[in-house]
Amino acid sequence: MKRIYMDHAATTSTDVEVVKAMEPYFSLKYGNPNSIHSFGQEAREAVEEAREKIAHLIGANPSEIVFTAGGTEADNYAIKGIAWANQKKGNHIITSKIEHHAVLHSCQFLEKQGFRVTYLPVDKYGLIDPEDVKKAITDKTILVTIMHANNEIGTIEPIKEISKVVKKAGVYFHIDSVQTVGHIPIDVNDLGVDMLSMSGHKFYGPNGVGALYLRKGTRIVNLIDGGAQEKNRRAGTENVAGIVGLGKAAELAEERLTQGKEKKIVRLRDKLIKGIIDKIENVRLNGHPTKRLPGNANFCFEFIEGESMLLSLDMEGVAASSGSACTSGSLTASHILLAIGLPPEIAHGSLRLTLGKDNTEEEIDYVIDILPGIIEKLRALSPFKGNWEGLN
Amino acid sequence: MGMYSDKVMEHFKNPHNVGEIKDADGIGEVGNPICGDIMKIYIKVKDGKIIDCKFKTFGCGAAIATSSMITEMVKGKGIDEALKISNKAVAEALGGLPPIKMHCSNLAADGLSKAIEDYKQKSKKK
Repeated sequence: MKRIYMDHAATTSTDVEVVKAMEPYFSLKYGNPNSIHSFGQEAREAVEEAREKIAHLIGANPSEIVFTAGGTEADNYAIKGIAWANQKKGNHIITSKIEHHAVLHSCQFLEKQGFRVTYLPVDKYGLIDPEDVKKAITDKTILVTIMHANNEIGTIEPIKEISKVVKKAGVYFHIDSVQTVGHIPIDVNDLGVDMLSMSGHKFYGPNGVGALYLRKGTRIVNLIDGGAQEKNRRAGTENVAGIVGLGKAAELAEERLTQGKEKKIVRLRDKLIKGIIDKIENVRLNGHPTKRLPGNANFCFEFIEGESMLLSLDMEGVAASSGSACTSGSLTASHILLAIGLPPEIAHGSLRLTLGKDNTEEEIDYVIDILPGIIEKLRALSPFKGNWEGLN
Repeated sequence: MGMYSDKVMEHFKNPHNVGEIKDADGIGEVGNPICGDIMKIYIKVKDGKIIDCKFKTFGCGAAIATSSMITEMVKGKGIDEALKISNKAVAEALGGLPPIKMHCSNLAADGLSKAIEDYKQKSKKK
């Protein structure tokens, strides 16, 4: 059976060109970039070249890029590092209710240490109101951390507008850009952010490598202590092959963005959304209709549960994701779907299809073709028919 | 998918005894919308024996498979014998369930017990 991958927000394939670029850095050019000899120096050169490519993709200076072991570490570093370094100034952090767990759990950890955290609400589309950020800022606020775009519902936040109020208050601003880097054009100066997290495997790079953009002059302490790597900002021998892969992924992403290739994905996404909404009843689109990631389509189908949809789609060869309790790894439905105001029974019926650069028109047609049958079959099992009557 | 046993997937793909019994002698409902599993079990009883059992379930693969399995397990059993079936026994009959599903989605035996209680209440009134 032909398999169709529509879970690109979870992870992407590593581009074959990325793998090719990485290959020499395992068994041929295996030097430690901190070594003086030629083996070390060729690795150093590769690391710095990758740093330039990544910086270029987001309009930063290469010296402002710190490599990490992924997006989660970048988030932890930014949040804990700023909190610990600026305790004398204040103990208040502002974030939102729809952040990734890498941000939410870092904030909760800091709360246990005596920091105060404000979790801002979002509207029905998942948008944060810059006015709410403004109101939440106090003279004790040291950091605002907001995601660039939501991993589940795809909503792109008004970062520029939020930045204006954050900068006016003289507070550090971090954005979790794990879902946006490589997918939409980004310029850190245009956005007005001090820190930005990214992850390689979300844009056709390898797993286990990411980076934090750290604006020059940002007052931060380290998360990982040890050697003097990354200009004393992140200890541990560099993951040279991974960093080279991240650099190549950034270069390829920039090429695609320059050519406007994401427009094809937007077109397929909109076709998928329209096809599903037109053919199936009692379905809603989650997230903003236009301010959304190029590849993200997220729905709630009433009267059925997400995991059973995923199993049924998988049996037809389609890989997707859901925010139901079973798939969110907890006992309740996704905190994001609840934050946009969905009742739990509807949140459990969510389905996320995230498209990538290699999805085709035929694949979209196939999903639009098979999904109504799957939904119908599952609804036939459900005790709810056309309404939620009888729900306790 | 590898997450569930073949037996679970078999019941998920082709669930047995789906539906409502219009003149059911007992109906049991378990679960809640917060955790995302709601099961309704219907039974028909004759001479102290369960002669028919059907279900309707809103829930994950495990919830659907356990519902389907219990309807098979109880048919023809006396009500006291049927009451002895535990959630664990249903899971075992399915070749096991992933640990996280043992609590949240493995409720079919509770649903059956409620249906039998409902039947007992109704027969008292008669």
